[in-house]
Amino acid sequence: MKILVPLKQVADPDNANKIKVTAGKIDTTGLAFKPNPFDEYAVETALRLTENAANTKARLGEVVVVAFGTKDVDVMLRGALATGADRAIRVDATDDALDGDLVARALKAIVEKEAPDLVLLGKQQVEGDSNQVGQLLAEYLGWPQATFAGSIKSEADKALVVSREVDGGTLNLKVTLPAVVSVDLRIVNPHGVKSMHTAAAHAYPEGVRFAALMAIMAAKKKPFAEMKITDLVSDASLKVTYGSAELPPARKAGIKVKTVAELVEKLKTEAKVL
Amino acid sequence: MTYLFETDDHTALRAQARRFAERHITPFALEWEEAGEFPRALYRLAAEAGVLGVGYPEAYGGSGGDISHALVVAEEMVLVGKSVGTVVGLGSHGIALPPILAAGTEDQKQRYAGPILRGELVSALAVTEAGGGSDVASLATRAERNNDSYLVDGSKMFITSGTRAEIITTAVRTGGPGHGGISMLVIDRRESEVAVSRKLKKMGWWASDTAELSFAETRVPIVNLLGNEGEGFLIAMRNFATERIFLAGNCVAIAELAYREALAYARERNAFGKKLTAFQVTRHKLADMATRIAAARALTSEVVVRHVREEPVTSLAAMAKNTATDMCSFVCDQAVQIFGGYGYMRESVVERLYRDARLYPIGGGTREIMNEVISKLEGF
Repeated sequence: MKILVPLKQVADPDNANKIKVTAGKIDTTGLAFKPNPFDEYAVETALRLTENAANTKARLGEVVVVAFGTKDVDVMLRGALATGADRAIRVDATDDALDGDLVARALKAIVEKEAPDLVLLGKQQVEGDSNQVGQLLAEYLGWPQATFAGSIKSEADKALVVSREVDGGTLNLKVTLPAVVSVDLRIVNPHGVKSMHTAAAHAYPEGVRFAALMAIMAAKKKPFAEMKITDLVSDASLKVTYGSAELPPARKAGIKVKTVAELVEKLKTEAKVL
Repeated sequence: MTYLFETDDHTALRAQARRFAERHITPFALEWEEAGEFPRALYRLAAEAGVLGVGYPEAYGGSGGDISHALVVAEEMVLVGKSVGTVVGLGSHGIALPPILAAGTEDQKQRYAGPILRGELVSALAVTEAGGGSDVASLATRAERNNDSYLVDGSKMFITSGTRAEIITTAVRTGGPGHGGISMLVIDRRESEVAVSRKLKKMGWWASDTAELSFAETRVPIVNLLGNEGEGFLIAMRNFATERIFLAGNCVAIAELAYREALAYARERNAFGKKLTAFQVTRHKLADMATRIAAARALTSEVVVRHVREEPVTSLAAMAKNTATDMCSFVCDQAVQIFGGYGYMRESVVERLYRDARLYPIGGGTREIMNEVISKLEGF
């Protein structure tokens, strides 16, 4: 199976308190960046689908990772190569010249060129939470889609049974390849991904795999292509532009109450929650 | 700040170590420090994540790389995991394994390195005795030849990971007095009986277990001798430079963490209607801390590069260790001062680091021995 995994680098959510807004624009200086966690889960999923867990060094498929960004995203792509992805593509772009629609259109051009059996994405990126690219891409390609996958079972690499977590249970659906699938957190559970290559009883370690030093070094020799967004789409105009941003209002100091009676009174009259 | 020698590989490796520590150390740091031990399973998890074998050749189950890689992994685990005891306990093979790899036969290397680097066996180095630490040449634990075995009698003190290590690289006396009579044995607890006389209670490094071990006619197969009889002192010495570089790196990491903790606290804490950082006295404290960390990091970085280039670094490693330990004691003390009363409480990380820091001018050759090493090599 050949799998395309788009990745995005996001501001580290742990540094959220450092975000500044200057003249209506988010100031990203001094922020630490890391791969979008859901995208890392997508890479892990793709690797599990293209290997026998008993011998992960022998690749049984191809995983191509792609990112849109400046050279700053190379470290993320190299990281994906170090954990096992086979090739990387960086489409040179800056975040403010991208929206979900443009990314989906550019990805469509890459899909037409690469002809993967599956496009695996994180369900959304944790900065903007737009949750658009996977769905738009499926629409533009005319491919079946399954979003928010909590588990995936590959049926002889021809079709996937995808379990989506919904209120009150899971919804299982089958998509015939080629397809677009976006993944949720639980996909990296020990039994989140099943394929015909790995024994059904195999339990993966929880979470995303680590890269050993030799793999990190070897990743530098893996194919790494660069292209411009205009190589992929003739119209790089945006459908969504952000007007302005503002921080949430600073939290006011709380008050101290002396008695339970006073607390109940304030909950009734001021907070109006009772 | 990072070391000047760092490349993209180091950056990527730091990210792996960070992820490992976030998942497997940080949530339990306080609990393990208070319990005086971390779970054995952590060795295997560290091996699976590829952080245990960094700096060891792949042929013996390592992850490859050199001391520069091992140093940044250890630093990242201290910075993120915030339990120095856990990191040093997890790293006790850092002193136990190199003598085996440097002086062992192919069979000895294969037998011990793989299982240790896969996290299946815990290893320890046993040189120090109750009667003398830095004075290695006077050690008294005896090993007498008896057919195809040695019978070992004596005791060893302050042994990191000593309560649960299966593999104990042990310095013993097989010959006459002085350093020429010392040999190095690999004592495998699965075949030889070694008693823990005491699990020692320490000032710092709580999460790492430390033991006093005793040997009473402990039978050790003769094939477990490293190198030849009488070469023990040399084998131990060969590892000293690496160990001191590691300890200097530890100090840089501990100080960096103490500094970060203190800076974050000073930015949050109000006194007299202002943040602590609004007071010049606090800012200057922080500036001194940052300056000394940068200086020790630069010297440690230099000795690492020279060591990787295979230049002789015995004197420089001793200088780096003393510079880094002094710096670390100073920075941790200042961090506690910035925290005030909270810095004296067990709930604060800086309290723990302050205690951890006190080991470094003592362990791995005292500050005074370092100066003797420097004096000798500089030819005073």
